[in-house]
Amino acid sequence: MRYIEQQTVVKRMNGRLIANAIFKYIFLAATLLALLALVILLFRIVSQGAGNLSIDFLTNFASRFPDQAGIKAALIGSLWLMMVVAPTSIILGVGSAIYLEEYAKQNRITSFIRMNISNLAGVPSVVFGLLGLTIFVRAMALGNSILAAGFTMSLLILPVIIVASQEAIRAVPGELRDASYGMGATKWQTILKIILPAAIPGILTGSILALSRAIGETAPLIVIGVPVIIQFLPAGVMDTFTALPMQIYDWSSRPQQEFQAVAAAGIIVLMAVLLFMNSIAVIIRNKFDKRY
Amino acid sequence: MTTIITNKSVSGATADQTAKKAVYETKQLNLWYGSNHALKNIDLEIMENEVTAIIGPSGCGKSTYIKTLNRMVELVTSVKTSGEILYRGRNIFDQDYGVEELRTRVGMVFQKPNPFPKSIYDNVAYGPRIHGIKNKKILDEIVEKSLRGAAIWEEVKDRLNENAYSISGGQQQRICIARALAIEPDVILMDEPTSALDPISTLKVEELVQELKKDYSIIIVTHNMQQAARISDKTAFFLNGEVVEFDHTDTIFSNPSDKRTEDYISGRFG
Repeated sequence: MRYIEQQTVVKRMNGRLIANAIFKYIFLAATLLALLALVILLFRIVSQGAGNLSIDFLTNFASRFPDQAGIKAALIGSLWLMMVVAPTSIILGVGSAIYLEEYAKQNRITSFIRMNISNLAGVPSVVFGLLGLTIFVRAMALGNSILAAGFTMSLLILPVIIVASQEAIRAVPGELRDASYGMGATKWQTILKIILPAAIPGILTGSILALSRAIGETAPLIVIGVPVIIQFLPAGVMDTFTALPMQIYDWSSRPQQEFQAVAAAGIIVLMAVLLFMNSIAVIIRNKFDKRY
Repeated sequence: MTTIITNKSVSGATADQTAKKAVYETKQLNLWYGSNHALKNIDLEIMENEVTAIIGPSGCGKSTYIKTLNRMVELVTSVKTSGEILYRGRNIFDQDYGVEELRTRVGMVFQKPNPFPKSIYDNVAYGPRIHGIKNKKILDEIVEKSLRGAAIWEEVKDRLNENAYSISGGQQQRICIARALAIEPDVILMDEPTSALDPISTLKVEELVQELKKDYSIIIVTHNMQQAARISDKTAFFLNGEVVEFDHTDTIFSNPSDKRTEDYISGRFG
């Protein structure tokens, strides 16, 4: 007696093949819908803002006349912000990841901390803004300076960098650690010469994607009181500043129709910066990626 | 560094004339992984310039034992031990005996070839470098000597700067042996070094082991009984965390005194 009857198999075959085909088109439709939304968005922004893009737009300060408004202060301010955020968040993030993966005892407390770091990555950015306002702006009296904003943004992206770095470190095969320890290497020598070189593509890719998020965030900057109209460039990290998303937010909320186009031009600049940072991530990954 | 080499050749030369000395004396060793009692009252004496094979079925504790000899076992999870292991008369569990120092004297070759994702040269030079040798000329010499020692110099001498992953698995394993030789160890631990290799590569590693025992003491874990019979001087049979029998390899394979040893080597279980 056979359990699988050939007749039943043939009878059901049609239905199975139809379901097979239907699901393929459902998934294709999902992908196309997402792509379509992206294309419409890009098209609208480019068609609206391209006319305003010029060297003057990049070199002018903000103005109440739409045709004279420029993005210089915001662009330079965002670059200043990144100069604080990048070292702070990468050093703290990679350091924590190394500690958690290589030094910490694997017990309940460690896994509790790990779980909560992942949860922190999902906390809304406005909450980090409030935290920054309380600690950096008020308690440490840094005011609405680049430093205060940079520290706040670093806190915001720190969980993402820690999780990405942890995963990159965990992906380094245990056999390589064994080989190094087996020759009498210390933990630090093993980390420096074996683990970090193997993990660096993952760490840098994660870090740069996190920095891209920081450069586009608005909510924490609004909460800590970063101004919008600024007619000078910051001279140091204790100066106040404005950033690209703040400037765009301000332009887009103005009543004059012309400023909508200026905002669109600002968005193009912001996206160009983001695209540039993401391509660096891709280049680094391809350059360092070694098979093992 | 030169002194180490001289010492070795002196002890190697005298070994034939005088009685062999023990490198490892294991006394009443017990080891627990959490609540799992993995090694039970192990007593073993391992002699210098011999090949000691450790055989037994999966889960008998043979890998655990060899990893205890250079304290690599402590890297995995929390382990608890009692008893002592004397290496050259000194208890390796002593508070002031650093694992780094021990592992510089005791090299290890692993089950799967595990070269670093670096060049062949950098793989072999890794050990000397972490122990502070920077002079390029000395490093060159160590690399050549180690690769010759592992019988792979002729195959790779023109491609030292290529990635170690560009060569075959069997060659990679011999690079790993060369890498272990580069720290000029006294003992070499081998944890199933041929289990991931094809028969020809296996043969090459076995021949190499015979060659190496002139200068080093070798402890090899293997699940392959023929291999143990072919290459070892003494064999220890482990079962359920205990040493059932430890004797000359000839005796173990021709005239075992314990019924369980006989059953295992004749293939009745395991």
